[in-house]
Amino acid sequence: MNFNIYDFTSFNQWIDNYLYTSLSPFWALIVEMTIIGLVFLTGYALVGLFLVYLERKVCALMQNRIGPNRVGPFGLFQTIADLIKLLLKELISIKQADKLLFNLAPFIVIIASFLCIAAIPFAKGLHAMDFNIGVFYVMAVSSMGVVGILIAGWSSNNKYSLIGAMRSGAQIVSYELSVGLSLITMVVLAGSMQFSTIVEAQSDGWFIFKGHISSVIAFIIFMIASTAETNRGPFDLAEAESELTAGFHTEYSGIKFAFFFLAEYMNMFIVAAIAATVFWGGWMPLHIGGLDGFNHVMDFIPPFVWFFGKTFVIIFLMMWFKWTFPRLRIDQLLTLEWKYLLPINLLNVLLMALMVLMGWHF
Amino acid sequence: MTNEQLKEKVLSLYSGAQIAEGKQLLTVTVPAEELYSLAKKLKESDDTAFDYLMCLSGVDYPTNLGVFYHITSTKYNHSIALKTTTADRVNAEVDSVYSLWKSAEYHEREVYDLLGIKFTNHPDLRRMFLDDDWVGHPLRKDYSDPLNIIER
Amino acid sequence: MVEEVQNKIDTEEEYTINMGPQHPSTHGVLRFVVSLKGEIVKNVQPHCGYIHRGIERMCEKLTYQQIIHLTDRMDYLSAHINNAAVCLTVESALDIEVPERVKYIRTIIEELNRIASHQLWWCAFGMDLGGLTCFFYGLRDREKILDIFEESTGGRLIQSYNCPGGLMNDIHPNFQQKVKDFIKYFRKVLPEYDQLLTGNVIFQERTKKVGYISKEEAINYGLTGPSGRGSGFACDVRKRAPYHMYDKVNFKEILYTEGDTLARYKVRIDEMWESMNIIEQLIDNIPEGDFAVKMKPIIKLPEGEFFQRVESARGELDVFIVSDGNKNPYRVKFRSPNLVNLSAINIMSKDQKIADLVAISGSLDLVIPCMDR
Repeated sequence: MNFNIYDFTSFNQWIDNYLYTSLSPFWALIVEMTIIGLVFLTGYALVGLFLVYLERKVCALMQNRIGPNRVGPFGLFQTIADLIKLLLKELISIKQADKLLFNLAPFIVIIASFLCIAAIPFAKGLHAMDFNIGVFYVMAVSSMGVVGILIAGWSSNNKYSLIGAMRSGAQIVSYELSVGLSLITMVVLAGSMQFSTIVEAQSDGWFIFKGHISSVIAFIIFMIASTAETNRGPFDLAEAESELTAGFHTEYSGIKFAFFFLAEYMNMFIVAAIAATVFWGGWMPLHIGGLDGFNHVMDFIPPFVWFFGKTFVIIFLMMWFKWTFPRLRIDQLLTLEWKYLLPINLLNVLLMALMVLMGWHF
Repeated sequence: MTNEQLKEKVLSLYSGAQIAEGKQLLTVTVPAEELYSLAKKLKESDDTAFDYLMCLSGVDYPTNLGVFYHITSTKYNHSIALKTTTADRVNAEVDSVYSLWKSAEYHEREVYDLLGIKFTNHPDLRRMFLDDDWVGHPLRKDYSDPLNIIER
Repeated sequence: MVEEVQNKIDTEEEYTINMGPQHPSTHGVLRFVVSLKGEIVKNVQPHCGYIHRGIERMCEKLTYQQIIHLTDRMDYLSAHINNAAVCLTVESALDIEVPERVKYIRTIIEELNRIASHQLWWCAFGMDLGGLTCFFYGLRDREKILDIFEESTGGRLIQSYNCPGGLMNDIHPNFQQKVKDFIKYFRKVLPEYDQLLTGNVIFQERTKKVGYISKEEAINYGLTGPSGRGSGFACDVRKRAPYHMYDKVNFKEILYTEGDTLARYKVRIDEMWESMNIIEQLIDNIPEGDFAVKMKPIIKLPEGEFFQRVESARGELDVFIVSDGNKNPYRVKFRSPNLVNLSAINIMSKDQKIADLVAISGSLDLVIPCMDR
C-alpha cells in the first residue's frame, strides 16, 4: 500500500484491488458503493454542519458581533447542538397538505445536492466518479432540486409557500441558463467536460488567468447566477422572510426542515467547489509557468488543502454578498437575468470560442 | 388669517355658528346637518383653504355626542376647531367629511367603533379596533364591562 | 369567533393572503389582508386593534400625572415626545410657564429620542428589504442613546421623564458630556449607514419610484412626519407651531419632493443630522435653574377643550383634552400619526409587487401600539 496525500490514485487502486481479489466482482462492487456512500454521507453532514457554523461566524463578523461562543471551543459544537434539537423536534403534519408530496419534497432536494458531490474531484484521484461528461452531469443533477422546492411549496397548502415556490421555480429555471452558459464558456477553453481533464489543463495556470477577459466575465456571471441558483441572499426570494415568512419551507419542521437547511448549505458548497474547480484550478496548486522554484513550493501544500481553501474563499464571498446586500424584487431578478446576464453570456461564449480559435489565451 | 378675521369669515359663511374663543383655537359650534356644508366652504374658499384635517375626535356628553374637527391650512398656517353635536345618543348621525379629507376615513371609523356615532356617506364604516361582533361602544360613559373595568 | 372579512375580489384570478398579525414585516400585530393577482397587490385592507388597550378610556379615570405613564406605552419609540405632548397640553391649559432649563432639557432629550427612533427605523427598514446587517449597525448606536437616557431618566425605552410643570428630576452631571461624546461619535458613524444601504444599487432599485404619493394626496390623507415630508408636505410641527425651544434654534425642515420610498428614507437620514445640529446648539447653554415648577398634587384643569400638537418621530401627535373641571379629564384623544399614515397605504401600494408593500409599510415607520392605543 502506498498512501500519499498528494495523490490518492494508488491508494484507491489498492482498495479496489484488495476488494476485487478477496470478493466476487458483484459483492466487491456492492461493498465499494457502500463505503463510498458512507464516507460521502459523513462528509456531507460534517461539511454541512461546519458551513452553518461558518455562516454564523461570518455573519457575526459582518455585523459587529462575536457569534456562537458558548458550546464547545469557539462555539464549534453549537451547530451539533442545533442538529440534535432539530432531530428531536416534533414533525408537525398539516391536515390539508398533500401527505405524499409533502414528505417527498425534502428528500428530492437533498438527493439532488447529494448526487452532485459524486462528480467533484476533492484531490488528485479523490472522487467518486470521473465522468467524461462531469460538467454536464452536475448541471443536470443540480437542477433537480427545484422540483423538490416546487413540490414543497405546492403540497404545503399555504399561500406563502406557493408564492415562494413559484418564485423559486422562475428564478432557478432562469439562472440555470447563466450557470450553464458560463460553464460552457470554460468548457470551450478546456476542450473537455471531464473534471479531471479540466483540472489537469490548469497545471500551468488557472483558467481564470488563462482565459483572461472572457474567463473573468464568466466567473463573475457564474458567481451571480450560482448565488441565485442556491436561493441565497440577495437572491433569497423563495424564502424572503420579510415578505413570505419562510417561503417554500414555512410549514416544515424538525428533521424535514433540517433537510432543506442542510441542502441549502451543501448546494452552496457544491457551486463553490465547481467554481473553484473550473475557474481556480480545483486541487491544482497555484502554478506560474516558468517559475519552477515557486511551483515546487506550491506543490508542497497538499491538493485537498488547495481545494478546500479555494472553495471556502468562494463560500466566504457568497456569505459576504448575503450579509451585505438587500434583497432584489422578483421582476428585477428576472430582468437582471434575461436582459443583462444572458446576452452578455452568449457574447462571452462567442468571444471565448474566438479566443480559443485564434489562440489569444495563455 | 388671525382669529378675528376667521371669526368674521365663518360667520359670513354660516351666520348661525356659535363661536367660542378657546385657549389657542376658535371653536365653531354648528348643528350636525350644517357641518358638512360649512366644512366644504371652509376647505374650498381661497382665503381660508383648510386643506388638512389634523384631528377628528368624538366626545360623549351626558345628553348627546359631540364631534370635534381640528382643521388647519397648509397654505396660511391658521387653524380652527369645528364642533358639532348630535341630536341624541341613540341615533347619533353626522355627515362624513371623507370626501373633503381622506384622512377622515380612519378617524371616523375609530369614532364609530368607540363612540357609536354613525357617519353617513362614509365609504366603509366598520369597526376599527374591536371585533365586528362587539356589543356596545367602550368610550361611552355608560358602557360597562364588569369583568374588565373596575369602578372606583 | 371573528368573522373572516373577505376583500372585494375583482376577478377570478385574484386571491387574498393574510399578512399578520404574526408576520416578520408588520413590526407588531398589524394585519394586512392583501388581494393579490400573482405577485401584484390589488388591494390592501389593514386590520388594527390587536393591541388595543383602551388607553383613552383608562385616561378618563386617571389624574394628569398618571396619564404620563400611559402615553409612554403608545409610541414606545418616541416615549419622551408623547409625554411632552400631554405635559404641554396641561401646562398651556393652566398657563404655567416652565423654567428655561426644562425647555432646554426637554428639547435635547426629544431630539435624542428622535435620533434613537430613526435609528431603530433604519434597522427595521433594512431588514424589511433583506439587508440583515443593518439591524446591528443601527442598534449599536441606539444603545449609546439609551445609556444616556438611563443615566438621567432611569428608563431606557420608556422614560416617563416629563411631568406637568417640568421634569421628574434633574439631569445627571454626566449628561452634557455624554451627549457631546455621542454627537461626536455619531457624526462619524452616520455616513456608514449611507455606505451600507443608501448607495447600494439594489437598495436604490427597490425604493425608487416605489409607493409614490403626491403632495396633494399626502395632505389630503394627513400623511405627516418624515412620510409626509418625503412628498414635499411641509408638515413639521416644530416649524409650524413651535413649542419648547424650537422657535429659538436654527434648523432646516427636511423636504424631499419625490414622494417615493427613497425620499421618505432620505428625510429620516437627514433628520438625524438635523437633530444633531439642534442638540449641539443647546447642549452647552443649558441655563441653571429649577427642573420643575411646584405643582399642586392634584391638578385640576379649567373647564374647556385643550388641543396641543407636537412632532413625534413618526409624525404629528395631537392631544385633545376635554375637561369638566375635575381632577380627571373628561375625554382624552390622541391623534396617532401612525393610524393616519396607515390610511394612505392602499393607494401607495396599489399595482405594486408584494415585496414593495413590505418596503412601503416599512417606510411609513409604523408603531402598532400607537395606532391601536
